Amino acid sequence: MPSDIVIPVSNPAEAAAGQTGLWRVFKPVIDKGKCVRCWVCALYCMEDVIDEGPDGYPVVDYEFCKGCGICANECPTKAIDMVPEVRE
Amino acid sequence: MAKTVMDLRRGPKYVLPGSAACPGCGAQIALKWVLKILEGRAIFVIPACCTSVIQGPYPKSAFKFPVYNMAFAAAASTASGMARALRAMGEEDIHVVAWAGDGGTYDIGLQALSGAAERNEDMIYICYDNEAYMNTGIQRSGATPPKAWTKTTPTGKAEMKKNMALIVAAHGVPYVATASIGYPADFLKKLKKAKQMRGFRYIQIFAPCPTGWNFPVDKTVEIAKLAVDTYVWPLFEVEHGKLKITVKPRRRPLKDYVSLQKRFRHLTDADIEELERTFLSRWEALERLEAQGTIFL
Amino acid sequence: MIQRQAERGKWDIITGNHAVAHAARLARVKVVPAYPITPQTTIVEYIADFIERGEMDAEYIRVESEHSAMAAAIGAAAVGARTFTATASQGLLLMHEVLHWAVGSRLPIGMAVVNRAVGPPWSIHVDHQDAISQRDTGWMIQFVSSNQEALDTVLMMYKVAERPDVLLPFMVCLDGFVLSHTFQPVHIPDQADVDAFLPEYRPPHWVMDPDRPITYGNLVMPEREYMEMRWSIHEAMLRAKEAIREVAGEFKRAFGRYHGDLLWEYETEDADILVVATGTLASEAEEAVDLLRSGGKGVGLVKVRSYRPFPGEEIVRLAEGRKAIVVLDRSLSFGQAGPLATDIRAALFTAGVSTPVVGFVTGLGGRDITYEDIAEIVKIAEERVKEGRLRPVEWYKLRR
Repeated sequence: MPSDIVIPVSNPAEAAAGQTGLWRVFKPVIDKGKCVRCWVCALYCMEDVIDEGPDGYPVVDYEFCKGCGICANECPTKAIDMVPEVRE
Repeated sequence: MAKTVMDLRRGPKYVLPGSAACPGCGAQIALKWVLKILEGRAIFVIPACCTSVIQGPYPKSAFKFPVYNMAFAAAASTASGMARALRAMGEEDIHVVAWAGDGGTYDIGLQALSGAAERNEDMIYICYDNEAYMNTGIQRSGATPPKAWTKTTPTGKAEMKKNMALIVAAHGVPYVATASIGYPADFLKKLKKAKQMRGFRYIQIFAPCPTGWNFPVDKTVEIAKLAVDTYVWPLFEVEHGKLKITVKPRRRPLKDYVSLQKRFRHLTDADIEELERTFLSRWEALERLEAQGTIFL
Repeated sequence: MIQRQAERGKWDIITGNHAVAHAARLARVKVVPAYPITPQTTIVEYIADFIERGEMDAEYIRVESEHSAMAAAIGAAAVGARTFTATASQGLLLMHEVLHWAVGSRLPIGMAVVNRAVGPPWSIHVDHQDAISQRDTGWMIQFVSSNQEALDTVLMMYKVAERPDVLLPFMVCLDGFVLSHTFQPVHIPDQADVDAFLPEYRPPHWVMDPDRPITYGNLVMPEREYMEMRWSIHEAMLRAKEAIREVAGEFKRAFGRYHGDLLWEYETEDADILVVATGTLASEAEEAVDLLRSGGKGVGLVKVRSYRPFPGEEIVRLAEGRKAIVVLDRSLSFGQAGPLATDIRAALFTAGVSTPVVGFVTGLGGRDITYEDIAEIVKIAEERVKEGRLRPVEWYKLRR
């Protein structure tokens, strides 16, 4: 195809809208002492950024977590705290 | 294949992290689940709606599945063309999904939707209902509930919400269901059922919108559950013409639902009572339809 | 070779709409979404008939509107199928939004437009306002003057549209009733010969495919390539001029028929005055040229087959040194002039050629314009040029 055919085709990529972790005002912090690994947090995570860590507990990808706090609100054991984000 | 609800939290990611969705977006939770259930084997037609923006700007896309962005009124018609072309070319195992908001379904896209339903086109039409034109900044739609504030109904909507799922069911299509991100097991069961059927399948998903309904961003799922529990969003399906209410919760006071959302903050106790009677009447009408056996042919 | 292929196939006496339906069948289109509108209806009836009798292997989508017809055509083309539809008048106007969408997506969809006046008031008769109103959508717009030309042009234009350096949709415009419902002898080519001329469509660009997930058409910010995409459509349109010429030549070699390429000329060589027209007005003008020449007037005809891409430079070359250009428009840009006349004036001015252009608006709503009328028009034009009284619009056969 000639190089001057310009067609608006986009390819799948993380960070399509940028590093969305920067949007965060509150940050979810998981208390492993209270976590029963039920995975409700991951089920409801809108950004799909809660995965299983090497120790078998949920870990949050803070690069993209938008800090909505649905995970903390839904956690049945209240193992997630939303703490104010502090940035340099 | 997603067998249990917990499969909706693992497996390949099709909605990639770093989308443009607002924090707490109910629609994106629904989209993530739908893709995991369909395992990415679907072509999506997306008319103008929040999801047009959620995917992020060119040349990237947060969506790792084929997406054709289309003009507002044309989700079901474009999907019809795709489904027929795939059939003509002998492609059997690719789903065609029209993924539209309530404006693109209840209002501007209704004619094309009705045509595709009447022709029983082989597609899954999914309406994620956030009850107003959210992408354009919160204007009322045919899906906005009575009395709700929007920017074009500053003192509250005077009219009813269209009974859209029943309108589609009246076409006599193989499958119609309502679903909610507040009830994931019911959601999964319905999507799996739709996936295994052919012909026109319509799923209408309740998708709370913290931006448009003005509630705290962490309450999205809680509000989705409350909508079902207060009879605001009954969960039912119509399979081959037979209606079944799939979740029969113990009814909670409507106040529990409306008090969380500032779009209802102007409501008096009398308004809430009136609204509660309306939703209860709609629920009772569903019960009567359920009792009648096969009603939509 | 030419002889053999012309001998194959068959001759029939058929309407323009029937010829168009045969073209869609012969092009082996895979999906036909269509909605009926007078005077297009018999095209979609014939196609339904071909499919149900097993003479055509295509999915027929009986959509509920023309907006949906074009949207479904776009959907089908977006997964890689050759698609065809047909419409007229209000139907074409209703499609307008998605006509742009087809172009932006670079989908080589084919469509027949049976030209009809737009309402109100209701009129079902010939008028080009419907197609001309789609001028700036980026569709290749082709006008034909006979039923044979309608059939052949649909086949030729698929070949042009699907070229990797073009990738634009096309409409073939035939005059309502004058061609659509009028019987003429038409050679219907043999399927094998058409297959050799027009191979199966294989999209050279993106298609919707779960194995290669891409997003088509998400937001493009001002500093990204939106402007370049529009430029790219324009470049492709300009290249289509060459493609139309080449394909007309290939068609002639394969089938022995030549209807012209962007233009078709008649008796232009020694003409002082050129009449420029489209569609069946051009057929009448051909007769008018004979009539005027028999009276000793040096008149020739330039038929514009391709309205978009517009053969401006080609018309300038023909216009240079003539006494006058007489343009017939069967449509109008209200408050300005006839669109064809306007385009020709712009091309001449850009090239610094000062041949006078006398633009007539006539035949609207199907008002009959015969070759005698066109001979009269030429006489009026001569007077205007002689008097030096050129106006944006000359009305002909306006009763007031």
